[in-house]
Amino acid sequence: MNSWRASASQSLPGPDDITRIVLANGIVVLCRANFSSQSVVISGYLDCGSLSDPDQKLGLADFTAQALMRGTERHTFQQIYDMLEEAGASLGFGASVHTTSFNGRSLAEDLPMLLGLLAETVQEPAFPPEQIERLRAQLLTGLAVRAQDTRDMASLTFDQLLYEGHPYSRPEDGFTETIQAITREDLIDFHRRNYGPRGMVIVIVGAVEPKRAVDLAAEALGAWQNPLQEKTPPLPPYKPPLQSVSRHVLIPGKSQADLVMGGPGPERRSADYMAASLGNNILGQFGMYGRIGDVVREQSGLAYYAYSSLNAGIGPGSWEVSAGVNPANLGKTIELIQQEIRRFVTEPVTPEELADSQANYIGRLPLMLESNAGMAGALLNLERYDLGLDYYRRYASLVREVTPEWVLEVAQRYLNPETLVVATAGPQEG
Amino acid sequence: MDAPFIKTRLANGLTLLMKEIHTAPIISSWIWYRVGSRDEQPGRTGISHWVEHMQFKGTPQFPASVLDKAISREGGVWNAFTYLDWTAYFETLPADKIDLALRLEADRMVNSVYDQEEVASERTVVISEREGNENEPLFRLGEAVQKAAFRVHGYHHEIIGEKSDLQTITRDDLYNHYRMYYKPGNAVLAVAGDFDIRSMQQRIEELFGDLPGGQPPPHPDQMEPPPQGEQRLTLTGPGETTYLQVAYRAPAANQEDFFAFTILDSLLSGPSNLNMFGGGISNKTSRLYRRLVEGELAVSVHGSLQATIDPFLYDVTITVRPDKTPEAALAALDEEIQRLQEQTVAAEEIQRACKQARALFAYGSENITNQAFWLGYAEMFSTYDWFLNYISKLETITPAEVQRIAREYLYPGARVVGVYLPEKGGGAER
Repeated sequence: MNSWRASASQSLPGPDDITRIVLANGIVVLCRANFSSQSVVISGYLDCGSLSDPDQKLGLADFTAQALMRGTERHTFQQIYDMLEEAGASLGFGASVHTTSFNGRSLAEDLPMLLGLLAETVQEPAFPPEQIERLRAQLLTGLAVRAQDTRDMASLTFDQLLYEGHPYSRPEDGFTETIQAITREDLIDFHRRNYGPRGMVIVIVGAVEPKRAVDLAAEALGAWQNPLQEKTPPLPPYKPPLQSVSRHVLIPGKSQADLVMGGPGPERRSADYMAASLGNNILGQFGMYGRIGDVVREQSGLAYYAYSSLNAGIGPGSWEVSAGVNPANLGKTIELIQQEIRRFVTEPVTPEELADSQANYIGRLPLMLESNAGMAGALLNLERYDLGLDYYRRYASLVREVTPEWVLEVAQRYLNPETLVVATAGPQEG
Repeated sequence: MDAPFIKTRLANGLTLLMKEIHTAPIISSWIWYRVGSRDEQPGRTGISHWVEHMQFKGTPQFPASVLDKAISREGGVWNAFTYLDWTAYFETLPADKIDLALRLEADRMVNSVYDQEEVASERTVVISEREGNENEPLFRLGEAVQKAAFRVHGYHHEIIGEKSDLQTITRDDLYNHYRMYYKPGNAVLAVAGDFDIRSMQQRIEELFGDLPGGQPPPHPDQMEPPPQGEQRLTLTGPGETTYLQVAYRAPAANQEDFFAFTILDSLLSGPSNLNMFGGGISNKTSRLYRRLVEGELAVSVHGSLQATIDPFLYDVTITVRPDKTPEAALAALDEEIQRLQEQTVAAEEIQRACKQARALFAYGSENITNQAFWLGYAEMFSTYDWFLNYISKLETITPAEVQRIAREYLYPGARVVGVYLPEKGGGAER
């Protein structure tokens, strides 16, 4: 009963156990089998996002994405969800700046249904007027809740300041007035001009043989064509702030204030990425939130949460520290974080700190890839950022080659303690 | 289900459950203590959760600064949870590193320090956690409803505790609580993953077997009297959104009625997901979603049934549409409940709920951490058999039983109706 032992390297995905097929219409399909449970996950994206949204109709890409499941030429909203929920399955869409992504899961026996629904909803959405208005009411309520959420508002304000004049400054879910301005015709038009097989990626992971998964995907989406599919607009150049800037959002009646502060970060494809990521782990993740958590939470008891994050995607990234604190402690917390950032860009991390984080990155990989959703997300990143099918097999050496000097160099390139962006939201006057 | 599995008890009273799973080179270890907010006395609410925090503050062998980094360095994840009935700590690690977790848990079951300064610093962290919760209207509403629903039982207060208690609980209060409840006879150790049961058991006996057993601590036996009629409460606070929460007394997990109630929950508001890790599914075909959201009275509706030692609550939370009233939503809810009381449901609806439960279990078994979670979790309110028999129990439920449950539990005299009314304002920027 104990004859077989999986080793860490055996369980990592690589070219020999990832199936990658490009369908005739350009759709990329990636699959990996996992028979440890009877479930299956599909995950992927279409090549369109809020980058195409006009300012006055911001939120259009996301509204369109969320409306796909509200009814098709063949099925009503209730019929669609009947198929899904009857099987204990789920499927959902959402848009970010560059892409419209989808995630679904079901028992393996229901994968044909799930892929069929995916194909139907992306190709033939009907945008039923009554459903669109119902969805609009939900989106508007979501925005009203967001306006009262100190964490959301600090984060939204941070993006506005860090990316001023750049599309990344705009929230993908829009604003009340822009959601109100979107018509059903706008949704139909957005779908017609932007949805298509070019640039679409589907990942299937779970209790299904890869060949069958590819066949099912091809059957569902292989015939899709859209000659009208437009190219996504190019990303304009980005200029980081030249001086420190801060803004406070007053939300009366709250008990806690939230803050987000930091600066730009590398793109995911940048050669700086791994050094920045490990540096970030030391700064505000490792153990209980790294150095930031140690100073703000453990030593000072100022916050329940205080951590840093590196958001590296297709375009210019961000490197930010977030914390939730009593409004009276906001100034003190900002000062402590500034001090830590200053230290981080002044002296190299210690070899012990780096070795800890490297061990952490390498050791936790099997854990991150354990569930079907974790594996699907990892395979999606391979495709999105051209990392290569052998990336997770090379991962340990990529992690190990980072040095303390490299971390310092990268930290200095992105984080400038003199030009930090500081966004806060809470009940107190700023 | 055929994986090698053992449940046993050490001489000092520690219950031990082990399950071999060889799908990935990972082991997850959970230690559960039978202590939660139900065990707390007025004046010391929140103490179980605060003790959980203090358990990360170190022992002589594993000081806080070491403890903090040890698991992360090995590529593991760890966390802890405090609930109404229990407190649980888990570590999931690469299989060859699990010994660290076992040594750590054996050590901190008896040797935690509770340093005065650490207590002071953690006091503000826990208060900050509470203040973060208070920012959420639904936390405030849930707290008020729970308080109204229980007059004498320990379920009457939130797990985080009253702020006034968090300000006054002393170091000795915390330490005494720890010594009273953290002992082998009050604990369950559950380990699942890539190991050999015999050698794992031997190692656990080495590490835990010599810990002093002592008497199992007493647990409160005061039962909440039957509800004495409907209670209604209104809370006001910042925001633009009105919420309605209706809470009925639910059966305990170990009562036979719990299974029929599970079916009822699934039909009425969509299946509650009992997994700690592993996604849920949508509820758009549930009766309440159709009636309230499709009927344009609400933007969302969710139900929650939890597995508890004593009867807790089944609550339905409704986000009311801005153009509708909570009274209208409540009237519609009442009509749907009345329909369940007067008309038997179709057998297909029960089959559907069973399939949903099967799918949720399959999602939950994708990762070893969640499988280890189930080993111990079920022991907190029943035994592991409860989990193993869960689906087959659901499959025996008849339409008549669902009708009986609706009649016996979902009557107005057994409920608390809470409304959160927004006071407009906020969101100003400066």
